[in-house]
Amino acid sequence: MAKITYIEHDGTEHVVDVKNGLTVMEGAVKNNIPGIDADCGGACACATCHVYVDEAWQDKTGSTSAMEDSMLDFAENVEPNSRLSCQIKVSDALDGLVVRMPESQH
Amino acid sequence: MSQSDAHIVILGAGHAGGTAAALLRQYGHTGPITMVGEEPIPPYQRPPLSKAWLKGEADADSLALKPLEFYPEQNIDFRPNLKAVKLARSDKLVTLSDGSTVSYDILIIATGMRAIRLPIEGVDLEGVLTLRTAADAEAIKAALGPGKRLAIVGGGYIGLEVAASARALGAEAVVIEREARILARSACEPLSNFFHGYHLDRGVQFVLGASVSGFVGEGGKVAGVRLADGRVEPCDLVLLGVGAIPNDEIARDAGLECARGIVVDLEARTADPSVFAIGDVTHRPMPHYGRMFGPESVPSALEQAKQAASAITGRPAPSPEVPWNWSDQYDLKLQIAGLPFDADRVLLRGDPASGKFAVFHLKGDQVQSVEAINSPPEFMMGKQLIANRKPVNTDKLADPTVSMKEVAA
Repeated sequence: MAKITYIEHDGTEHVVDVKNGLTVMEGAVKNNIPGIDADCGGACACATCHVYVDEAWQDKTGSTSAMEDSMLDFAENVEPNSRLSCQIKVSDALDGLVVRMPESQH
Repeated sequence: MSQSDAHIVILGAGHAGGTAAALLRQYGHTGPITMVGEEPIPPYQRPPLSKAWLKGEADADSLALKPLEFYPEQNIDFRPNLKAVKLARSDKLVTLSDGSTVSYDILIIATGMRAIRLPIEGVDLEGVLTLRTAADAEAIKAALGPGKRLAIVGGGYIGLEVAASARALGAEAVVIEREARILARSACEPLSNFFHGYHLDRGVQFVLGASVSGFVGEGGKVAGVRLADGRVEPCDLVLLGVGAIPNDEIARDAGLECARGIVVDLEARTADPSVFAIGDVTHRPMPHYGRMFGPESVPSALEQAKQAASAITGRPAPSPEVPWNWSDQYDLKLQIAGLPFDADRVLLRGDPASGKFAVFHLKGDQVQSVEAINSPPEFMMGKQLIANRKPVNTDKLADPTVSMKEVAA
């Protein structure tokens, strides 16, 4: 279980507990948090679950796969700390994680 | 009564209906929401049914769009195991399959499609299955395994995805297709040929250009597929993957215009201002293509859920979307953006033998659609090129050493 803070682009914060084994995307979607669309349901096919991972957490969220890199490369408003949240698995090590959402998901 | 107090009734608890319910709450609708679903479980994702779920890599919890407690928490009255049987628009009243009625201020029809069962001999034998619901997938999963032989009637995406999953489970799979090539209706020839070869290399068998005349049974259970030329393909299980038809009868009977599905506008509204329709059951306008179509895809269902929820809650309409879809088979990810309408040229980028390539459908120097195999840049950039209608240099596009960013520059 990890407590995760999702911050919408307008600054609205949502703090929820997310079960281990789910992804950071699923944590948002299952709690109806706006700002993460996740159209493909986690297949790494759409890049609509784009988030910015707070710097302090970048190491713990792991590295990106070639597919994720490639999808992110063409998403909008990409920053060095951009991730697709469907590719980050939740574990105890992510307790306290903070992610921010871009202005839109495309 | 203000719109935010309106009682919204959603018929259908699939991807479209479930998403509309959640978005209505997210967008601030405070009035009652009733969601009527034919299945016993709340809305879930159907795409994994033929893929991760069939292979045992996903469970019911991970399929669910939202956890079960979400619905009471959000004051959404989810009513399972029920379907609407009659719509009386003049009374704003829906009759359900248990004889009860529910009245609405705003109705959203999201009843989806049902798989076609061919009207041929033996179609009612045990083991002749279709795949649309979690229960269907459960039945297929239970019957598959090492030593079993699955016959798939119809070489479309669902059939091919199940073939790949069957191979992963150690079962044999034979695909029987009426046309001379698989994916004949949904993909261009280079892509058909590529998938054909890829599946062949992984042990899937194909019978092409063959029509099915019936199913042969033993003790009430299917044992083979009879072809028109008299041959019988032995099997333990049949998957019928020959398409689906919209569950639009309730709208037709209520006098709403239907084509291949319920006709709606860009707000997902029918000609009756109180009745919306979303998802696979609709025949909808396609921005960028200037025509009506039924894309039969999850992204389209999500888009229409957004359109309807936005219109109902008074939010600006979502920006016109580029239709897209995807398919996972083995280690292949196919991503499709756009629709190949009006295309006058097919352009291949990359070498199919490398397992990484894209097929662009062009109208003059504009991209109408792209089918990308393990090629996210082509998909992502193709999608943008479809949206902004920017002309492309086709020589550069055909050269995979020129990056997609440069092509689109």
